[in-house]
Order: sequence, then structure tokens, then C-alpha cells
Amino acid sequence: MGAFLTRRRGRRGPDVTDVLTYAYLTLGVVVMFGPVAWLVLSSFKSQAGLVEFPPALLPTAPATVEVPGYDAPLPLYDVTLGDGTTARLAQVRRVGLEAQMVDPDDPGEVLRVPVQDRKEVRALSFQTANYTEPLRRFSFLTYLKNSVVVTVTATLITLVINSMAAFALAKYRFRGRNAVFVAILSTLMIPLSVVLVPVYLVVTQVGWVNDLWGVIIPGAATPTGVFLLRQYMLTIPDELIDAARMDGASEWRIYWQVVLPLAAPALAVLAIFSVMWRWNDFLWPLIVLTRSEYFTLQVGLNAFQGELNVQWHYVLAMTVLTLLPITLVFSFLQRFITTGIASTGVKG
Amino acid sequence: MEARAGGRGPSAVLARAAGAVYGVAMSALGLVVEPLQRLLGVKRMPWVFLLPNLLIFGVFVLFPVFLNAYVSLTGGTELFPRDRPFVGLENYRRLFDCLDLGDPNTCVEDRFWRAVRNTAQFVVLQVGGMVAISLLTALVLNRRIRFRAFFRSVYFYPVLLSPVVVALVWKWVLQRDGVLNALLVWVGLEPVNFLLDGRWAMAWVVIVSIWAHMGFYTLILLAGLQSIPAELYDAAAIDGAGGWRSFRNVTLPLLMPTMMVVLVLAVIRAVQTFDEVYVLTGGGPGTATMMIVQYIYQTGFATQVQRFGLAAAASVLLGLVLLVATLVQLRIGRGTEGHLA
Repeated sequence: MGAFLTRRRGRRGPDVTDVLTYAYLTLGVVVMFGPVAWLVLSSFKSQAGLVEFPPALLPTAPATVEVPGYDAPLPLYDVTLGDGTTARLAQVRRVGLEAQMVDPDDPGEVLRVPVQDRKEVRALSFQTANYTEPLRRFSFLTYLKNSVVVTVTATLITLVINSMAAFALAKYRFRGRNAVFVAILSTLMIPLSVVLVPVYLVVTQVGWVNDLWGVIIPGAATPTGVFLLRQYMLTIPDELIDAARMDGASEWRIYWQVVLPLAAPALAVLAIFSVMWRWNDFLWPLIVLTRSEYFTLQVGLNAFQGELNVQWHYVLAMTVLTLLPITLVFSFLQRFITTGIASTGVKG
Repeated sequence: MEARAGGRGPSAVLARAAGAVYGVAMSALGLVVEPLQRLLGVKRMPWVFLLPNLLIFGVFVLFPVFLNAYVSLTGGTELFPRDRPFVGLENYRRLFDCLDLGDPNTCVEDRFWRAVRNTAQFVVLQVGGMVAISLLTALVLNRRIRFRAFFRSVYFYPVLLSPVVVALVWKWVLQRDGVLNALLVWVGLEPVNFLLDGRWAMAWVVIVSIWAHMGFYTLILLAGLQSIPAELYDAAAIDGAGGWRSFRNVTLPLLMPTMMVVLVLAVIRAVQTFDEVYVLTGGGPGTATMMIVQYIYQTGFATQVQRFGLAAAASVLLGLVLLVATLVQLRIGRGTEGHLA
């Protein structure tokens, strides 16, 4: 128990706490990845396969075989023959309690088999139509484009204006500095969900309902970002700035050529947060965007699943499409993202 | 790095291109900002740097805070305040119009009080469960293990998934003919209609929310654990402290500041829970999992008659709760700064 709670220092062989540790971690992999993996597997199942209970692990469909002399492919069955042996036969047709079957390798002779003696053969089959079919109604590319536009534009604007403000607050002494800083800090914990009505009012007045700017701008001046960047910029020595000023650099030049490159680690962390917030944002786009051509992926997916409550085969496939981009980005940048967030500690 | 060393790989080319774009964009912005310096003088430049941020901040954060308070004092169904009659505290009176505050059934706005009760229940269960599991996971990840970066990412992965995706993933697992019920039947139990039974629905809303967010808090706690100097454990060991004692006397006290921050962040976030729950259960069955933010959203935006005043009043109350949580955090932050430094 004790060794489990603290980092083990000795270099003895594996003991019971190591077994527990890896058991816990394995369980973690199953619990964290399992549901998503199950969704991905299910998204390739046929409509019939999805309502099956208990569900099969892999997407399967009844196997068929082309038999010379028959136009359509015939379904395959494992049949228990009268002498106790089994054979794999193709069914030509079913008549009442009897099925007419042929051997695919020797289609000349038709056998009559009681239906309870035959069992359907299933083969792995991926229903890619789940993905291609709904794309006519679920405009994935439009939603993706809107989401990318919102995420990229909002993140760029957030980085620029927040770093400018942080630079002013960290590197200048001027009257009103503390007042501004306190005003920004005091709203650190006022989330959009608390001011939904008035922000909607302002956005309506500006004419940004059903406009991506209405999603991008309201959250751009995040107090968290200003605070994070200011704290980091305080650690940049003033001598560097004085030296640049002596060389005749303008204040703007000092900002973008001296301070910003040195603040890159903090900017990277804010960029990660901003991308996460914007990509996953749901409530605000849900309110501002009511016409489907402006939907972001999240709003589009929600509308899609609301419309097609029963058509799980489409909903699952579109969910996979929606989670794909972020999964790809994460698998390439995961080490960078996790250490970045851990390094700032707490600025959620 | 490679770019500076004159490397020629694709990443070096990319880095150089990004640098060029950055230089051009910033120089272009400079065409606007630099004349201002000549015009206003260096002394006023900090205000130039603050302007864009303060403009957006003022219009979309500060002003709405005050406007929200005003809207909460008005009635009617019009959106713009000039068309809305002033009704004083009527909206608040309506929210608190109950025969018995402990029983939502006796309230005029019974949905509000159900939402309050659900949210309170959710916050306690979700935050308690999540902090406990995150701490356990962080302790495990802090041990000497192989593939630590991989396992850390495993727990973090759901944090990146959007709430709509999280909700759909779990809706699929939990549905009547879903894989979880198949497992229950397999071990010989009766299948349960998880999302259509009020108590189960609340339990699963809590579990799903923990699943989706624990990775973030695990990361923070792990960073806290790793910042504890190894010498302290060595010293404790020399003093004869076993694993459990050094956990109680070294790890826990030194992790306390991080724990507190995690706790407050988690509470602030849990109070505002909306999206996962909304997509997973729609607040149902009935109102069993309806949270405060959903009440605000539906009262103001998703009904035929949009009662903005009532929604604003409810959100002022929500804001007050968050304010208290923030003040608690600031207080704790001041008290523990010494530890962190």
C-alpha cells in the first residue's frame, strides 16, 4: 500500500504494487479508449447489425457467394446433413420449412434441407455506405470548414490581442494600469454561460446572428489568456527592451521582434487552450448560428442526431468523422500538448 | 532549431515559411501602429496595445455583466431593453415564489428549482468522484512506469473530444440494446434502460462527465506531484517513514495547494455543466438531469415565448454562485502562495 502511494525508489524486482499499477493502467486504456473504439467499430455495421442484441463485436453481414447459373449472389449457410456431417451450402430459395440449397463448387444438384438444420454464415463486412450516404444531408465539409475558420481565426485574434494587452500590462508603467488589470482579473470567472442574454443582445445589435464573427469575437478577449501571458512576460528582462529601444526600434517592433518570440512557450499553451475551447464550443454557436450553412461541426452533429434519432448507422459514422480531425492532431502532438498544459499548472 | 542551424528538411522549410508569414503580417500591422507612436508619443503606447483587447472585453464581457443585471429587472418578450418594460424584482420574485423552498413541486418556476437541485447533486458527485479518481491516477502515473507519456495521453484523450461527441459515444454504449446491457446480460443480470430511468440517468451523467474531464485534472495533479523534491522523500525515509507515512506527511501537504486549485476549478466548471448532459439526456427523463445552464438556455432561447428577463435573473444568481467560488479560490490562492514558491 505504502509503496503504491509514493514513487518507488528501490530497484528490486517487480512486486505486487507493480502488478496493481499495470492492472490499473490497462483498465484505464479499456475505459478511456473502449467506448470510442466501440463507436468506430459500430459505425461500420449495417442497419440490421446495429439492432442486433447482444451486439457482435465486429461489423459482419450475411456472407454470399456467386454461383454459376444464378444471377444474384446466394447467401451461404452451414448445414448439418442427414449423416451428421456439415457442409457449407448456398441457398437458392426457401419454401416453407424447407430450403433448396446447392453446393457452390458443384451447383448441378439441388438439395432439400429442413430450415432448422442450417445456420447463416457471417463474414466481416464494412458498410462504407454509412459514411458516403448521409453526406448529402450532413454537409460535413461545410461544417468542417466553418469549424476550422472559427478555430483558426479566433485563435489568431486571441493570441494577437491578448499578447498585446499582456505586453502593455507587463512592460509599461502608466496610470490606470492596475485598474485595467483588476478589471480584467475580476471577470476571470465570468463565463459566457452567465451573460448569455446580454451578449446575444449585443451580437444581434451588431448584426452577427448567423455570422461566424458572432462566434469568433465575443470570446476573443479571454482574461485567462491575458493573465497567463502577462505572468510569463514579467520574467523577460527589461534590459532587452531597453537595448532595443536604444537601437531605435519602435514599440511595435519591440513587441513582435523581442518580446513575442521570447514568450513563445506561453503563447503555445494559450494556442492549445484556444483551439480546444473553440473547436469544442457548443452552447454559444448553438445560440448564434441557426442556419445550417453556418453550423460548426458540433452544432451540425447535434442537429443531425436530433433529426435522425433512429438512424444510428448514419449518426455513428458522422460522429466518427467529427472526432477524426482532433484525434489525428492529438496523436501527432500529444506529448507537446500534455506537457504544455502540465507546465502551466492550473490556468484552466 | 533546424531552421536556425540552416537545416534543409521539410520541417525547416515549414518553420522558415511560418517565420516569413509572421514577419510580413506583423510588419503590416506595424503600418497601422507605428504612425500612432509618432502621433501619440511613447507614453500613450500601452493604451494602443490595450485597445483591441479592451474594446472586445468591454463590449462582450464588461458591458453584458451590467446589461444582464438590467435585463433581469425587465419583463415582456422583446429582445432589446428599450422595448422591455421595467418590472423591478418581479423575475426574482417569480423564481423564489415557493410555498416551501425545499420542495420544487410547490414553486411557480419548479423547473428552476429542480435544475438547482440537480446541479447541486451533480457538483458534489462529479467533483468528489473526479478529484478522487484524478488523484489516484496521478499517483499511479507518478510511479516508475514504462510508457508514462503514452498512459498520460490515454487519460487525456477524452478531454479533447467535443461534448457532443462524448455524449453520442456514451449514448451508443448506454442505449437499451447497447454493449453495456449486453455485458449485463452476459453476466446474468437484467438489462437496464439507463438513460430513461431518472436515478440511472443522473449516475451516468456524472460518470460520463468524470470520464470526459478527469484527464485534465490528472495532468495538473501529476505536475504537482512531480514538483515535490525527491530529497524530501529521502529525508522521510532516513527518518524511518514508510510509504504510507511519507504519503501522509510529505505528498499530501505539499500537494494541497494544487489540490485546492483543482477542486475550485472543477467546482466552477461543474456548476456550469451543460453540453454533454444536454446531448446525452436532453435533461431527461423528465427533468431528472436538467442543469441550471440548460434552464437558462431553454427559458431564454429554446421556447416559443422567450423569457429573457427570467433567464437573465437566473443567470445573475448563477453568477453570484460562481463569484463566491472565485473568491474562495483567491483566498486559498493567497494563503498557499508561499508553498508554491
